[in-house]
Amino acid sequence: EFRRFSLERSKPGKFEEFYGLLQHVHKIPNVDVLVGYTDIHGDLLPINNDDNYHKAVSTANPLLRIFIQRKEDADYSAFGTDTMTRKKNVLSNVLRADNHKKKPHIVISMPQDFRPVSSIIDVDILPETHRRVRLYKYGTDKPLGFYIRDGSSVRVTPHGLEKVPGIFISRLVPGGLAQSTGLLAVNDEVLEVNGIEVSGKSLDQVTDMMIANSRNLIITVRPANQRNNVVRNSRTSGSSGQSTESSLPSSTPNILANSLQGEEESDEEDIIIEDNGEPQQIPKAAPTSESLESLTQMELLHESTQNGFLPSSEMNLNHSAGSISMEYEVQDADHKSLEEDGTIITL
Amino acid sequence: MRRFLRPGHDPVRERLKRDLFQFNKTVEHGFPHQPSALGYSPFLHLMAIGTRSGAIKLYGAPGVEFMGLHEENNTVMQIHFIPDQCQLVTLLDDNSLHLWSLRQHSGASELREEHRFTLKGPPGSPPSATQITAVLPHSSREVLYLGTESGSIFVVELPSFRVREDRTITSEAVLQQLPEDSCNRRSCELVEALQEHPKNPDQILIGYSRGLIVLWDLQNSKATHHFLGSQQLENLYWQRDGSKFVSCHSDGSYTQWPVSSDNRQPEPLESLVPYGPFPCKAISKIYWQTTRNGLPYIIFQGGMPRASYGDRHSITVIHGSQQTAFDFTSRVIDFFITFSSEPAAEFEDPSALVVLAEEELVVIDLRTAGWPAVQPPYLASLHCSAITCSHHVSNIPLKLWERIISAGSKQNVQYSRMPWPINGGTNVAPDPPQRDLLLTGHEDGTVRFWDASGVCLHLLYKLSTVRVFLTDADPNDNMNALGEDEWPPLRKVGTFDPYSDDPRLGIQKIYLCKYSGYLAVAGTAGQVLVMELNDEDAEHVVDHAEADLLQDQEGYRWKGHEKLKTRDGPVRFEAGFQPFVLIQCQPPAVVTSLALHSEWKLAAFGTSHGFGLFDHQQKRLVFVKCTLHPSDQLALEGPLSRVKSLKKSLRQSFRRIRRSRVSSRKRRGVSGNASEVQEANAKFDQDALQEMELAPVQRKIEARSAEDSFTGFVRTLYFADTFLRDSSRHCPSLWAGTNGGTVHAFCLRVPPAERRMDEPVRAEQAKEIQLMHRAPVVGILVLDGRGTPLPEPLEVAHDLSKSPDMQGSHQLLVVSEEQLKVFTLPKVSSKLKLKLTALEGCRVRKVTVANFGSCKTDDYSENNLAVLTNLGDIQIISLPLLKLQIRYPCIRKEDVSGIASCVFTKYGQGFYLISPSEFERFSLSTKWLVEPRCVVGAPEATSNNHVHSKSGLGSAARRS
Repeated sequence: EFRRFSLERSKPGKFEEFYGLLQHVHKIPNVDVLVGYTDIHGDLLPINNDDNYHKAVSTANPLLRIFIQRKEDADYSAFGTDTMTRKKNVLSNVLRADNHKKKPHIVISMPQDFRPVSSIIDVDILPETHRRVRLYKYGTDKPLGFYIRDGSSVRVTPHGLEKVPGIFISRLVPGGLAQSTGLLAVNDEVLEVNGIEVSGKSLDQVTDMMIANSRNLIITVRPANQRNNVVRNSRTSGSSGQSTESSLPSSTPNILANSLQGEEESDEEDIIIEDNGEPQQIPKAAPTSESLESLTQMELLHESTQNGFLPSSEMNLNHSAGSISMEYEVQDADHKSLEEDGTIITL
Repeated sequence: MRRFLRPGHDPVRERLKRDLFQFNKTVEHGFPHQPSALGYSPFLHLMAIGTRSGAIKLYGAPGVEFMGLHEENNTVMQIHFIPDQCQLVTLLDDNSLHLWSLRQHSGASELREEHRFTLKGPPGSPPSATQITAVLPHSSREVLYLGTESGSIFVVELPSFRVREDRTITSEAVLQQLPEDSCNRRSCELVEALQEHPKNPDQILIGYSRGLIVLWDLQNSKATHHFLGSQQLENLYWQRDGSKFVSCHSDGSYTQWPVSSDNRQPEPLESLVPYGPFPCKAISKIYWQTTRNGLPYIIFQGGMPRASYGDRHSITVIHGSQQTAFDFTSRVIDFFITFSSEPAAEFEDPSALVVLAEEELVVIDLRTAGWPAVQPPYLASLHCSAITCSHHVSNIPLKLWERIISAGSKQNVQYSRMPWPINGGTNVAPDPPQRDLLLTGHEDGTVRFWDASGVCLHLLYKLSTVRVFLTDADPNDNMNALGEDEWPPLRKVGTFDPYSDDPRLGIQKIYLCKYSGYLAVAGTAGQVLVMELNDEDAEHVVDHAEADLLQDQEGYRWKGHEKLKTRDGPVRFEAGFQPFVLIQCQPPAVVTSLALHSEWKLAAFGTSHGFGLFDHQQKRLVFVKCTLHPSDQLALEGPLSRVKSLKKSLRQSFRRIRRSRVSSRKRRGVSGNASEVQEANAKFDQDALQEMELAPVQRKIEARSAEDSFTGFVRTLYFADTFLRDSSRHCPSLWAGTNGGTVHAFCLRVPPAERRMDEPVRAEQAKEIQLMHRAPVVGILVLDGRGTPLPEPLEVAHDLSKSPDMQGSHQLLVVSEEQLKVFTLPKVSSKLKLKLTALEGCRVRKVTVANFGSCKTDDYSENNLAVLTNLGDIQIISLPLLKLQIRYPCIRKEDVSGIASCVFTKYGQGFYLISPSEFERFSLSTKWLVEPRCVVGAPEATSNNHVHSKSGLGSAARRS
């Protein structure tokens, strides 16, 4: 079925409205659908929030091809780069998913169902030899999974080269969060924990600092392997496009920023059970307090943040998922650097 | 720019902070750890104690204290006061001599090190040539005679420590003076003792270790007399008139020698082995004190029969037919005799025997019949049973203070009433501003009440909880019950007794209400005793209740110790604090928190399993709450037994030894291709070494989860009258914080006073807060509408505190090991927080509200939090805004027991253990400072001052 309708390009409106319009146009008011479009490179990309909806509208010249699939029989693998060129008859695939026997795809849920587990941040303000990594710890089921030790590193000081004590990553737990991100490695020197320099602090102090910050841990390391560093050649790559949500949240995909904020708050908020036995998150006393979310069970908090969690064995798929969500990041940067620095690898 | 405008750098506030806060370590209370030397000046009436860590401490009248520390931190071997001077010389085990003096400086005396000196022999001489064994400060105050291992006696000038080589008395010179037959077979060996003639300062007595004793004339450099002892010499003592001296020997004998002008080689007058005829241990030091009535006091250390009593640490006093061997609880370091007679008097008339043992100071009154002990006003052995907890109560009402003192005085009837004999110096410190009590709980089930108001930490009263329980040891077992004809006549003295009959008796938590005199004490086996102060002896039954903290949990087995058995029927209690209620927690785990509300007559207690509330008016358990996490196995099964783990580690170490023996035997066995094996071994060792180097200490980074063990451990309990349910009505409440970061709040309904006995106390859970960072909750506090902490129970009733503001909104402060957080009440919403661990990696160990007064203006004071972290830092944090005010490094972070023992007072002071037996007192406040301030003046020196030198300090014993 094809429908053709027009939108005002200057005022695209919200995704919700657009979604409603689509359902209305196709007369499927109660059917969950996935919306996709083809961009200028011929890739089939999803539309599921305001940002990528606006992006899609802005790329239409003048026609925007939009694909709609039922959510139940959606072919998630249809999305991604080169999808349109690789599968010439993507349309038939999409519309008749049960047409021919295919290898069953591993279903990856949509980006809004993901949450970030780690990110490289502040790329534009750190020296190239350093890397600031943010690890997000949800719930309690997955270990942060690394060990630190004392060691010594060489620093350039006014008196020449000097050996100074330092803290190093000594081991990564297989299957742990730290290992699964690929951003931390054994023998990386830890320089800062959540913005606080570790120099002069003992191993136990640094351990306690990391554990106290474990729900939202930002560690700055000097990677032992300096070959994978980002080579920033120009202002364009060092511009806001490269940095991610924590430094310039406005330029980042909305889903991620949203989910992030939500997480940060739940980190701050303790749970209170009043005498009626119903646990609640403790709101902030400040006047700008968020609407408090009533949870029926304490565990619910964990559950709500854990859906869509995938085992780490599907790393390669996650990478491609990651590049989907980042689709309108710096266009001129090559694919490799996208994977290695700016991307938010979602699990 | 923002950095410079931070509120913390407000100059007005900074100035105020300087008026409020100041960190000082003021005084050390208790008994010095590992004492190694003792000295006494009969001229100054001051005693000096040296320790193995190089500290030197001077004590005089109560409150007169000085402390010095040798830079080298070496063991102090000997201490000698310079006669008639405010000076003393110390000898360290590195053979260095140090001259210390007391100088007056702005109204108070100070102990300062003036000079140091190491004796150097001629080039090429062995080190033993200058190894000092005996020191004699000459009564001329100009020279020191130093006896050495080589037998030579060196002379150094004071205070310059210039060696007068022309006056050195070499052993060769001495031997030349002696007739051939007396010196043929023995070389002089080392100098054991040096004593100045009591009447003639030109003569000194030299005792060599092989038994030769020579009286040497300093003027003519010649030996006037010589005495040939047959036994190894230990020490010498002149009789007061100079006509005789006594020598003591390694075979347990002492010998009296006459000194007369007609015989230059006299025979002994008398030689005796007091505890013979079987072989005896050495007598290492002896005093022969003359008295007006003619019978001398002979006082000596050691000499016990080797086989049966060789392990005793004894000092024997013989006076006529009376003879007592005082049996000390630990090794005797040294002793001296005090006497009150004038220096020029004909007789010594000893008044007291002062003995420094390794673990305590014992003073025996020699004037009173029966020779009772004197209770020292300082140098208390805090560790007579190991300290398990401490509790400080500031500003005790006079009434309670007097009642405690009177209870204590009834316990101390066996002590002598003699005034303290060591009374030099004058205490010029202002009187302590208030009466403070420090309560220490001990492993043997006792609680000791110390007067902590001033410089002298003084025992007021000792409370024992043992009587309530049935223990293996019979409390009536008297160690001193020896028969009349017992030989040797041993008598146990001292209080040091580190052996606990039953570790379950140990005291873990103490809470004293200073207004009502109610005391709650909780121990290792889950026992909680509530006591009341009674001025009379009484015999009554202790009510007994059991609190099953595992009520709703099934199928758990406690593998720890059993609960204590209680005594049936009435128990007799002496005047003082008498228990009337005993609550025993089930399982009998260590009580980890305790709170008492004397106004509501409620006691709350918590263990690693949960907590309970007890109404001690109606003697009824109000409720219990289990805080246990179902997966917490460790808490359920109880602590690992220390005995078991020791056994295990012993077994392991034996195995290791055996293994290494086997492997070394193997190596030796295969001798055929030895080089090959060796090579392989070397390689193996190297590999092992490398492996060791490659595996340094590492720490796992792991978020705390709800499943961590001991999450149910109740860390803190707190009573508050606050707005728990709604903002219009306040009610009594109980708050409990656990190791897993949970805060439980219970709303209490306490019936009014007139119906207090008729209606039950009711409690229902009102709130439960789970801190998301799950760190242990170490403190809970409610701030009133003005941001001031709620007063203690009964404080308002006694007009000692403003009543709290019940109009404004209350706030709840929860202190976890990692964060301080303020919540609003009654609707719990977070308002403020201060993260400590996330920023600095330190954790909160102790926290208290302290009141800080300004040193500039009398009427300004503020409440702040004093926080001790695991790094040993003390931080002062403002209330209610939680701003870090100041930080002081206080305790070394490696000193875990010091940090664990720290206790803060309500007025910005604190105590922590620097050794098992010593509290360091510190002050954070500019206003409340308790430190010694005293003057030691030199009395007028008399012309015939040489007589002084023959007292305790003149002895020159070389201790082994």
